[in-house]
Amino acid sequence: MSRLTEANVKIAHEIIARYPRPKSALIPLLHLAQEQDGWVSDEAMAHLAELVGVTPAEVRGTCTFYEMFKLHPVGTYMVNVCTNIACQLLGGEELLHHAEKTLGIRPGGTTSDGMFTLEDVECIAACTEAPCMQVNYRYGVRLSTDDFDEIIDDLRAGRTPDKLITANPGDQIPSHGTLGLTRQHLDPDKAAGIVPPEQVTENPVWLTTTKGDS
Amino acid sequence: MTATEPQADEVTDGVPVTIDGVEIMAKKGELLIAAAERHGVYIPRFCYHPRMKPVGMCRMCLVEVDTGRGPGLQPSCMLPVSDGMVVQTESDVAKKAQDGVLEFLLINHPLDCPVCDKGGECPLQDQTVAYGPGESRFVEEKRHFEKPIPISDIVYLDRERCILCDRCTRFAGDVAGDPLIHFQARGNETEVNTFPDEPFSSYFSGNTVQICPVGALTAKPYRFKARPWDLTEIASTATMDSVGSRITVQSSRNEVLRYLGVDSDPVNWGWLSDKERFSFEAWNADARLTGPLVRGDKLGNPTDSGDQLVGASWALALGKAGDALRDVDPEKVIVLGGSRMTTESQYAWAKLAKAVIGTDNVDAQLGDGPAAEVLLSLPRATIDQACAPGGTVLVVGADPKETHGALFLRLRHAAMHDGATILELNPRSSGLSQYAAQSLHALPGELGDVVGALAAGGAAGGCDADAIAAMAEALGAADAVTVVLGSGSLGEDPTVMAQAALRLAEQYPNATFLPALHRANVMGAIDAGLAPGMLPGRRRLAGSTAPDTWGSLPASAGLDAEAMLRKADAGDVEVAILLGCDPLADFPDAALAERAFNKVNHLISVDTHLNLTSTGADIVFPAAASATEVDGTFTNMEGRLSPIARKVTPPGTARPDWMIAAELAAQLADDLGFIDLDELWADFAAASPLHADLSMADIAEGGTEGVLLAGSSISRPPAPNVEMADSSDMRLIVTRKMYDAGTLLTNSPSLVELAAGASASINPAQFASLGFTDGDDVTVRSEVGSITLPVVADAGVPAGAVAIEFNQPNASAASLLDSARTVTTVSLERVS
Ligand code: SF4
Ligand code: FES
Repeated sequence: MSRLTEANVKIAHEIIARYPRPKSALIPLLHLAQEQDGWVSDEAMAHLAELVGVTPAEVRGTCTFYEMFKLHPVGTYMVNVCTNIACQLLGGEELLHHAEKTLGIRPGGTTSDGMFTLEDVECIAACTEAPCMQVNYRYGVRLSTDDFDEIIDDLRAGRTPDKLITANPGDQIPSHGTLGLTRQHLDPDKAAGIVPPEQVTENPVWLTTTKGDS
Repeated sequence: MTATEPQADEVTDGVPVTIDGVEIMAKKGELLIAAAERHGVYIPRFCYHPRMKPVGMCRMCLVEVDTGRGPGLQPSCMLPVSDGMVVQTESDVAKKAQDGVLEFLLINHPLDCPVCDKGGECPLQDQTVAYGPGESRFVEEKRHFEKPIPISDIVYLDRERCILCDRCTRFAGDVAGDPLIHFQARGNETEVNTFPDEPFSSYFSGNTVQICPVGALTAKPYRFKARPWDLTEIASTATMDSVGSRITVQSSRNEVLRYLGVDSDPVNWGWLSDKERFSFEAWNADARLTGPLVRGDKLGNPTDSGDQLVGASWALALGKAGDALRDVDPEKVIVLGGSRMTTESQYAWAKLAKAVIGTDNVDAQLGDGPAAEVLLSLPRATIDQACAPGGTVLVVGADPKETHGALFLRLRHAAMHDGATILELNPRSSGLSQYAAQSLHALPGELGDVVGALAAGGAAGGCDADAIAAMAEALGAADAVTVVLGSGSLGEDPTVMAQAALRLAEQYPNATFLPALHRANVMGAIDAGLAPGMLPGRRRLAGSTAPDTWGSLPASAGLDAEAMLRKADAGDVEVAILLGCDPLADFPDAALAERAFNKVNHLISVDTHLNLTSTGADIVFPAAASATEVDGTFTNMEGRLSPIARKVTPPGTARPDWMIAAELAAQLADDLGFIDLDELWADFAAASPLHADLSMADIAEGGTEGVLLAGSSISRPPAPNVEMADSSDMRLIVTRKMYDAGTLLTNSPSLVELAAGASASINPAQFASLGFTDGDDVTVRSEVGSITLPVVADAGVPAGAVAIEFNQPNASAASLLDSARTVTTVSLERVS
């Protein structure tokens, strides 16, 4: 889709300045790109390559290693239904089939209005609450097919679904890629001094011992 | 040697290690896999490569290691030796592990060996036979990918075959510095690939094909051409630049099909540039000259006069050449070129010109490098010295990435991995700039001033005083400075480089010099006497007596290429002989070359292909290609001799260059004194003190290291003055690229498309102030000519200069150059 916007380039430079080597900033920058577009486009990767001084192939190598960076446009809401063993035993597959029918798409697909992308995922670490799913990584647990429909209806209507767990009740579900609703900006003078590894001469703090320290 | 003295490769402060029950002495810090191999125990491997950092990707090298805590499996490529280590490479446990690794690798590897180029020389195939399971338990369907996909103009990738060893990607990133291929995705889906629409266009891409342990990477020129067991091979030397990279030439049915890099420790470490590797295609081209040509009539009759180049017998062509040369005033004969030939052929031509014809107007350089006298007066460095760990290298007027690929890889390694400091004094940024601690760009013509300011201080040549002082300090702090001395910009008179080099030698008495001149065997030519004012063996003509086998010497020192062309332009040259060169395309003043050759009465060319200049020749002799069709010797930039070996027969009746020289001598009722290479070498050794104690057999026995000539230099001439007219015009910088419109490249189908074309690069501030925008075309005009080409903003070009690439298909900067001036100045005008 697109390169970083001017505002995001500014943020990118802020992020880059936090690392001893620009390319160490790559993962937060990929998040930034995904936050901007909802997914990570080739143009964005090429732009990041320019910003941190590596080749686009290297950016792509890093980006494709991580499942949660999406290389294709996805819906505003990423619906991940778990069909791993615990969920499967408790109706995860039925939930997925129901989701396919309700949304009219197969796993990997996106609804034509661009609202939802459905994914069939492996364990999302809520086995005790099976069957479960996530919408933009917010959990819905012990879900029935009706619960699923309610969640979708709420989202379509612009309401925060009761059936999704949010930090505070009623918090909105931001669109896919959003990392946080507020971004922390660090004053340069408050930043921890960054020292490139080859210039580090002392042991890290956690390595120093008090007993028999030389 | 007494019994107590250590053997040459025995290690004294070594690490004792027991491998398969035998105690060996490993080097400190050595990897187990390498120590074992040095002592004759081969541990199977895929990802380990001795010239790259280990990564432990493949696990094929698992062996049982006991360091006192009981035996356990460890990858021997990741494990440095330690005192008292006990290693079992063939225990049941180790074998089972290797067997298991192979079974896993083969799960995803297709069994298409019968149609795979690697079949027969494939480490995976070989090691499966040697260490693997006899049978497959795998009954499932294998993975399928589109096969193969081009990842560059030359290299194809077959992802089904890839075993993810990380060799190609490590090479691209760590060795070549072109990380354009990378592992993508994860787990079962991992693949090597490029970024979409950004191909692996590295000058060094062919190396990945050579080191890929399976047939996943193949190169266009060799795909489906032969099976390894049909190939025969011979050790030789690459002849596209003066690095002298060692190669194996492989052929089948009298056709050269492939070059492979050979690991020569002091030279190329096994790497080749793609130009070195693939330009052999030019020797197989249909355009090769297969017989002599002379001017004849339209019906192709060589004995009638006419203006067509027509085929002729050797007897007729030699006769005509003899007629042209007989009774001619030797001062009116000029000989240009010769750096393409073997050192033996260069000697034969030097002897023909100087002892038989009697002219010293002989120059293997074409006005694009410091004179032989200057080069030979400088103490010579080796590549190892230039790339010494922790050393300091000053690169002056050279862009090894474009012109000396293997040297670039060595220098890059020194800077990136061995703590060497690269300082750069180039007319504009180069392929080394990103690895250099400091780059200064002297304005054209003022390089010598900048060198002077390194000692005297102050600003000079467009470089500010602080920057010069910083470089002076770095140079002063270094124990030893090695200067990599290039040809500089083609837009400058060679005296500019000469002045700078001689001043450097004066200011830094301990500095040594590694000449990185354009043209392959140019240092051989100079050592063989194929340079004005020189005799074989790095001796000045002036004040020398004729070698015993020579009879006589030219009456006076001759002219360099530029002066020869001026003499011809003045109508004062009867016969011009071109030895594998193309001055109309390659001499940095096209207008002068054109005028000169129009006025020469007889133009004789000895070459492998017709070129722009030789199409206008009166007589053309077909030469055997020095790389693959003749035996002889190559002299590299260090003065290292290595063999060039004949692998195939030349096309038609083409002959080795030295034979043509001998035949011409016979036409002149003389005799060069040799009728075979052994006699030639004996004659050469008698004439050149430098080669006196050597035979061609010694050179062949030198192995991959060859034989380094003893350093010897002549007295240093005074630094010449450089006259600079004051002018506020933009000064022209002309640089060479790896791929240009040269004869051999245009005859290599895989490389011909790679010449990127020339553009006029100017400093971004000037680009803006002149009102240019991206994509504009400009007409660049000098006093003698003009060309039109795209203009680009480039921060690597100093303000006040325009940089253009030489001899590109879209524009020839030679037509702008005026060799009468120290620096060519130009104006730019947008084409609307
Ligand atoms: S393509 Fe060849 S060299 Fe590259 S990772 Fe795969 S097997 Fe290794
Ligand atoms: S060779 Fe050691 S892990 Fe590959």
